[in-house]
Amino acid sequence: MTSIAPDHKPTFASVPIAERLANALPVLLIPILVVLGFLAIGNPSSWLTLTVSGLAMGMMIFVMASGLTLVFGLMDVINFGHGAFISVGAFVGISVLFGLAEWAGAPSLTLNLIAIFLAVLAAMAVTGLLGWAFERVIVKPVYGAHLKQILVTVGGLIVIEQMIHVIWGPEEIFLTRPEMLKGAITFWGAALEKYRLLAVAIGLALFIAMRLVFRRTKIGLIVRAGVENGEMVEALGYRLRIVFVGVFIAGSALAGLGGVMWGLYEEVITAGMGEEMMILVFIVVIIGGLGSVEGAFIGALLVGLLQNYIAFLEPKLALISNIGLMTAILMWRPQGMMPVVKAK
Amino acid sequence: MLKTLLSNDTPRSKILTIVVLVIFLGLALAPFLFPGVRSLDTAARIAIFIVLAASYDLLLGYTGVVSFAHTMFFGMGAYGVGLASLHMGRGFHSIIIGSLAGAALAAAFAFLIALFSLRVRAIFFAMITLAVASAVAVLVSQLSWLTGGEDGFTFKIPRELGPANRMGEFLGVKINGKLLNYYLIFTCSLLLFLLMLRVVNSPFGRVLQAIRENDFRAEAIGYRVVWYRTVATCLSAATAALAGSLFALWLRYVGPDTTLSFTIMLDLLLMVVIGGMGTIWGAAVGATLLVLAQTYLQDLMGSAATATEFLPLLSRLLDPDRWLLWLGVLFILSVYFFPTGIVGRLRGSK
Repeated sequence: MTSIAPDHKPTFASVPIAERLANALPVLLIPILVVLGFLAIGNPSSWLTLTVSGLAMGMMIFVMASGLTLVFGLMDVINFGHGAFISVGAFVGISVLFGLAEWAGAPSLTLNLIAIFLAVLAAMAVTGLLGWAFERVIVKPVYGAHLKQILVTVGGLIVIEQMIHVIWGPEEIFLTRPEMLKGAITFWGAALEKYRLLAVAIGLALFIAMRLVFRRTKIGLIVRAGVENGEMVEALGYRLRIVFVGVFIAGSALAGLGGVMWGLYEEVITAGMGEEMMILVFIVVIIGGLGSVEGAFIGALLVGLLQNYIAFLEPKLALISNIGLMTAILMWRPQGMMPVVKAK
Repeated sequence: MLKTLLSNDTPRSKILTIVVLVIFLGLALAPFLFPGVRSLDTAARIAIFIVLAASYDLLLGYTGVVSFAHTMFFGMGAYGVGLASLHMGRGFHSIIIGSLAGAALAAAFAFLIALFSLRVRAIFFAMITLAVASAVAVLVSQLSWLTGGEDGFTFKIPRELGPANRMGEFLGVKINGKLLNYYLIFTCSLLLFLLMLRVVNSPFGRVLQAIRENDFRAEAIGYRVVWYRTVATCLSAATAALAGSLFALWLRYVGPDTTLSFTIMLDLLLMVVIGGMGTIWGAAVGATLLVLAQTYLQDLMGSAATATEFLPLLSRLLDPDRWLLWLGVLFILSVYFFPTGIVGRLRGSK
C-alpha cells in the first residue's frame, strides 16, 4: 500500500557554531574592543580609568538615543528635534539644582542624590510634556512623509533652541557637581571619577529596566510587535497611535534625563549642546540599526569606549574615530548591527 | 533665445516674472543703483547664495534627498581658493586651480557619502551627512597649521580685482577692481544658475523628479535610482563648491564661521523651503529674501527691541540675535501651509 502522505524526514540540525558567533558578534564587539584597548594601552590603571569613562559616556548617549530609535522603529518618524529635548532637559534640571543649592552643596550623599533625583524628575516632566506638545503640533501633521518630517523637526529644533536663549539668556551656564560627587575614588591604582560611576549605574539600570519592560510586560509586547508589523497590531484591536504617543513622550523624557546627566558631566550647559549631541546620537542609532534599542545600547558603548581609547592613544584621531567606526560598521552591515526586521 | 537660455523653464507667472526681473536688474546694476560698500556686499552675497540655494534645491527639491553637508562642500570650494592663493601666489591661475580642486574634492566626497548611505536608505543620508559635516567642521578648526583654525586666514586676490586698481569713473561711480570683482562674481553666478536650470530641465532632471515622486516605480521603469541620486549629489556638491570659491574670492578670507557653520546650513534650508522647493526660481527668490532679511531685518528688530524695552519678555523675543526664532516659526509654517513656497504659490494663482 502506497502512502499518500509524502515522505517526511525532518532534520534537526543544530545551528553551526560559526553562525551563532556571527549572530552574537555585535554583542561580542564590546568585550573585544575592551580587550584590544587593554592591549594597546598596556597600563592597567589608565585602561581602567578610560574604560569607566568610556562606559559612562556610552551610557549617557544611550539614554539620549533610545527614545529616538524607538520612535523611528514604531512609527517611521525621524525626529531631528530630539536634540532640543536634551538641551531643555539640561537647562531645567540644572536650574532646579541651582534652586536646591543647599542640598546639592551639603556634604551628604543622600541629600545630593535627592537633589539630583528632583532635578531629573523636573527635567523629565518638562521634556515629557514638551514632547507631547511637539508630537501634537509638529510631528502629527507630517506622518509618512520623511522629507517633511526632517524639515519640520529641524524647524522645531531651531525654535526650541532659540526659546532657551530667550528664557535663560544667551550665555553658557557653568555649574559644579553636587558636593559628594566631586573628585574620584582610587581603585587598584586607577582614579575613577565618582560621577562617572553614577552615570554608568543609572544607564545600566535604565537599560535593564527597559529590557524588562519590553520582554516581560504587555505594553512592551505591543511596542515590539508594533515595531515589527504595526498594521497587524492595529488589526488585533490595539490603538497603536496612543502607544506611539506614549513612546514619544517617554523618549523625550529620556532625552531630558540624558541632558541633565550630560550637563553634570561636562559641568557647562549651552543651548546648542543638544544639537552637538545629536550628531553622536545619530551615529549610534545608525550603527545600531534604526529602531533597535539593543543595537543603540551596543552602538553607544562602542562609540564611548572607542572615543576614550583613541583620545588617549592618538588625540588627533579622536575627532574622526566616530565617523571611522560608522564607516566600518556600515561596510560590514549596511543596515546597522541589529537591523529591525520589518514584516512588510 | 531667452527661452533657450532659461531652458524653457520660464517663471510662468506674471508676479514671479516681475520679481525675478527686479532681482536680476537689481543685481546687475547694484553698484549704480545702490552705491555704498554695504549694499554691494549684500548684492554679492545674494548672487552667491542664489547659486548655493539652487544647487541645494537640485538635491532637496528635485531629488528629494535631505543633505546637511552642503556647507561642507561650500567650504571646500572656499578653502580651495584660499589655500591655492596662499601657497601658489596671487593670480588667476591659483584661483582657477583652487576652484577646480575644491569642486573635484567636493564631488569625490559626495560620491563616497552617497555610496555609503543612499545604497541602503535615503533617510540615512540626512543623518550621515550631518555627522560627516560636523566632523569636517571640527577637523578644519583643529588643523590650524593648514586652515588657520577657528580664525581662518586672509589671502590676496589678483591685483586687477583689488580696490587699488582704479579705472576712472562712470555715471558717478568709481570703476575699480572691486567693481570688476563684483561683476566677475555676478557673471559666474548667472552662468551657474542657468546651468542649474538646464540640469533640472534635462531628461536627467525629469528622472530625478520621477524618483522623488516614486522611487520604486522609477526603478521598475528601468532607471537605476541609486545611480541617479548619486550623480545628482555629486553635481550639486560641485556647484556648491564653485559657489564657495566665489564667496572666498569676494571676501578675500576663509574661515569656519563664514563657510562651514551649521547656521549657514539652516539659512540654506530656509531659503529653499521659503522660496519654493522643486523650482530653481524659488532658490533665487528665497536667497534674495533671506540675505536681505539677515542684513536689514536685524536692524529693524533691534529698534523694535528698544521700543518695547518696558516689556521684558517681548523685548527679549525681539532681540536682533533672536531673528532665527522667527525664521524658524516661519519655516515650520511654510512647510505646513505653503509646501511649494513662494514660487509655488505665485505659479498656482496665475
